[in-house]
Amino acid sequence: MGLFILRRLGVMLLTALCLTFVVFFLTNLAPNLEKLAKTQGNARMSDAEVTQWLDNRGYGRPLVVRYGEWLGLVPGWTREAPNGTLTGRCFGPADDPAEAPTFCGVLQGDFGYSTVSANRVSDVIGGRLALTGWLMLYAFAVMVPSALAIGILAGMREGSRLDRTLSTFSIASTATPEYVSGVIFIILLASSTAGLSPWLAEMGWIEGRTLFLGSARSAMENITFWNFALPVATIALYGMGYIARMTRASMAEVMTAQYIRTARLKGVSFRNIVLKHALRNALIAPFTVIMLQIPWLLTGVVIVETLFNYNGFGWTLVQAASNNDIELLLSCSIVAVLVVLLTQLISDIGYVYLNPRIRIS
Amino acid sequence: MEPITWSGSLGPFLNPVMLAAVVLFFAAFVINLVMSFAGMRQAEPIVNPDHTISYRMGPVDFTLAAMKYSVFAVLACIVIFILGGILQPGMEAKGIIGGVSARFLPVWIGLVATFVLSIRYKRRLGLYGKLFDNLIGMIGFGLVMFWIFTAIFAPMIATHGAIDVVSAMRNDVPGSPVPGAAADGLFSHYLLGGDALGRDVFSRMVFGAREVLTIAPVATLFAFMVGITLGLPAGYMGGRFDTLITFVANLVLAFPVILLFYLLVTPEIVEAGVPVYMAAVLFLLPVIFIWVLLYSRYRNQPGVIKWVAIPITLALLLLYLGTVFEFDPFVWLTTSFIGYLNQGNPVSDWMLTTRENYEPLVGIPIDGNLLIVFVAVVFVNSPTVFRIVRGLVLDIRTRDYVAAAQTRGEGPWYIMLWEILPNARGPLIVDFCLRIGYTTILLGTLGFFGLGVDPESPNWGSTINEGRRLLTIYPHPPLPPALALMSLVLGLNLLADGLREESLKD
Repeated sequence: MGLFILRRLGVMLLTALCLTFVVFFLTNLAPNLEKLAKTQGNARMSDAEVTQWLDNRGYGRPLVVRYGEWLGLVPGWTREAPNGTLTGRCFGPADDPAEAPTFCGVLQGDFGYSTVSANRVSDVIGGRLALTGWLMLYAFAVMVPSALAIGILAGMREGSRLDRTLSTFSIASTATPEYVSGVIFIILLASSTAGLSPWLAEMGWIEGRTLFLGSARSAMENITFWNFALPVATIALYGMGYIARMTRASMAEVMTAQYIRTARLKGVSFRNIVLKHALRNALIAPFTVIMLQIPWLLTGVVIVETLFNYNGFGWTLVQAASNNDIELLLSCSIVAVLVVLLTQLISDIGYVYLNPRIRIS
Repeated sequence: MEPITWSGSLGPFLNPVMLAAVVLFFAAFVINLVMSFAGMRQAEPIVNPDHTISYRMGPVDFTLAAMKYSVFAVLACIVIFILGGILQPGMEAKGIIGGVSARFLPVWIGLVATFVLSIRYKRRLGLYGKLFDNLIGMIGFGLVMFWIFTAIFAPMIATHGAIDVVSAMRNDVPGSPVPGAAADGLFSHYLLGGDALGRDVFSRMVFGAREVLTIAPVATLFAFMVGITLGLPAGYMGGRFDTLITFVANLVLAFPVILLFYLLVTPEIVEAGVPVYMAAVLFLLPVIFIWVLLYSRYRNQPGVIKWVAIPITLALLLLYLGTVFEFDPFVWLTTSFIGYLNQGNPVSDWMLTTRENYEPLVGIPIDGNLLIVFVAVVFVNSPTVFRIVRGLVLDIRTRDYVAAAQTRGEGPWYIMLWEILPNARGPLIVDFCLRIGYTTILLGTLGFFGLGVDPESPNWGSTINEGRRLLTIYPHPPLPPALALMSLVLGLNLLADGLREESLKD
């Protein structure tokens, strides 16, 4: 077990290195840097001026060296201007160059400054991640129990009418991406001119003008059912179908196993068979699926945060990418890649741990 | 002029019937659900003393019958609406639903013809025919064919051009008449309203089907070719090659899709030429695939190799060079040769400039933005296909017929392509359907974020994106493309489900 985890960690580290390098490469392509120089410096700079501007800020050196600096494995650059002032990667104009650390990269916990807003990237990302954390937490709290319930109810009697109804529902939910269900939810429940809200307001059944709020901006300070239900439902709906189908398949397989037949023949009630014998074995496979669903949710989070104006991590990623905010985008990518790799690791270890057939051998 | 009503002249009669049927359906559904949780079951057949069997309906059976007949009633109403829309003259009588279904006339004819012919000859049509034994599969197939026919007949169906603007129609509600339509020779109404720029929502949805249904299946096909070309040897031969490719595939899979899109599908990337490099690799694999496929089969028949395999591969290679690099070897060689003969005189220079500006004859002109969208989608999909193929090969390569082929002395590529691949087709076809749906969703995501698509394009994703800004005030512009996308993906998923069920029956 120890060796297994060590090997997985090794592969994970290698993957993380490769992926961050790819991201670094793609965000530091020549056109991106030129755009950066022109937005930060002067929009009408000549090519030579652009090169000069980039050289002054340490962008002129080979990509691999800069990647090493950014990681914190290569000493940060320093440069002496003709008039004797020192500039460098690891210190700002106000700091004393002598006291600055030699290495300043991600490994030292220095994520750099956002090239657009001049804030520390770590400050920006920290707050945004917390907001997205809440969204993910609620989405999971809604999605996982309902998906498992649907999957188990559908899988316990394969081919029954209940199975067909629930399976069709889960197929429909996997066919509805967030940008479709979000739009439909808003029109149906959060529009003052269409859907249910005008009708309910006319009947006097709801206090405000709409049943739910179509924007989750106010949820950043104070989460209520009114402003947070729609984004959570939108994320939960798309992921739900997939988990439910996996649970159903796993449950249906368990229900055909020999020991279930033995239990039935022994006269155990159907309820007890499902709850005591089948359920635990049927939940091993969905665990992996649920963990691997987290990276998938990331796309959903980006869409939902854009659609509902919720300034979390996904929204930051979109902003960073569209503003060519290189440092911020790089850090967002690390977070995203780390989330993916950690969930993969947890799902692997959890699968081994949960499954006694693998654990004991 | 007033906008036309939704249901036209048939509305007063059919709307109450339909509403009643829907209410009845849901009431029966809820009652049925409650009864099944309370442990009530359908009645058992009773064997009478005279050995006949009779059946007395219990309460559960009554709810089921109510559900069945209410579904029939709704379907009947829909058919009457469609027929009414086609047969009645005048837009006021047709209503919006009737007007839309009248525009879809070519699609209805196509659907009826497809279904009648397929069901008539379903016993001779293999797996495709078996699909018509499966209700879910048939519904899915119907939905998919609906959008395929819509894409084919788009210019006949659409009432206006995809980017034609009537500025008086900005954000107008569905069914609004177009002012001065008769004088300008336009269609008289905006059936599903106008968007924020005054374009017809209905026509944009119809033309959007064309955009989606050309890119999504082709991109999926390429992803499959790439996945198969890499997955077969990885699974069959194993070893270092397998380890390497699996690692790369896992790398791509570890990238969150949205991040990859934001990194890849930007104007800067197009400017840096990355899509061309990626296309150079991804598009070359299918050419290699076709060549190996033909060569391994007809290795011992030089005639076939010479007259079929080599010409096909060369043609594909030309297409590849023309599409990816905009390079035509014939023109290049001829111009170089003539240039060489005329060294030192103006003909040489003229030849060189011709060569620079020449558009290759064979080669599909794709602009950089579309190419990067295409490449990104193929890139995201192919590792998953690779994993599926690899898994299937690992399973199939232990079968007896593979051992038999090995004993016979067949080469590894023959075994992979002509023994293993045909036997893996079932799961691959099912996955192909699912993956087209997923690709459609991905393309919609790209459009939703405005990545790589022309802002004027009627692509469903970008139409949804445009509509969402004024969503709470004007809900009608984003709704048709959203529902269209949903129904297409749903159709593909149902079709895949039906295919899976039918192929498992063998």
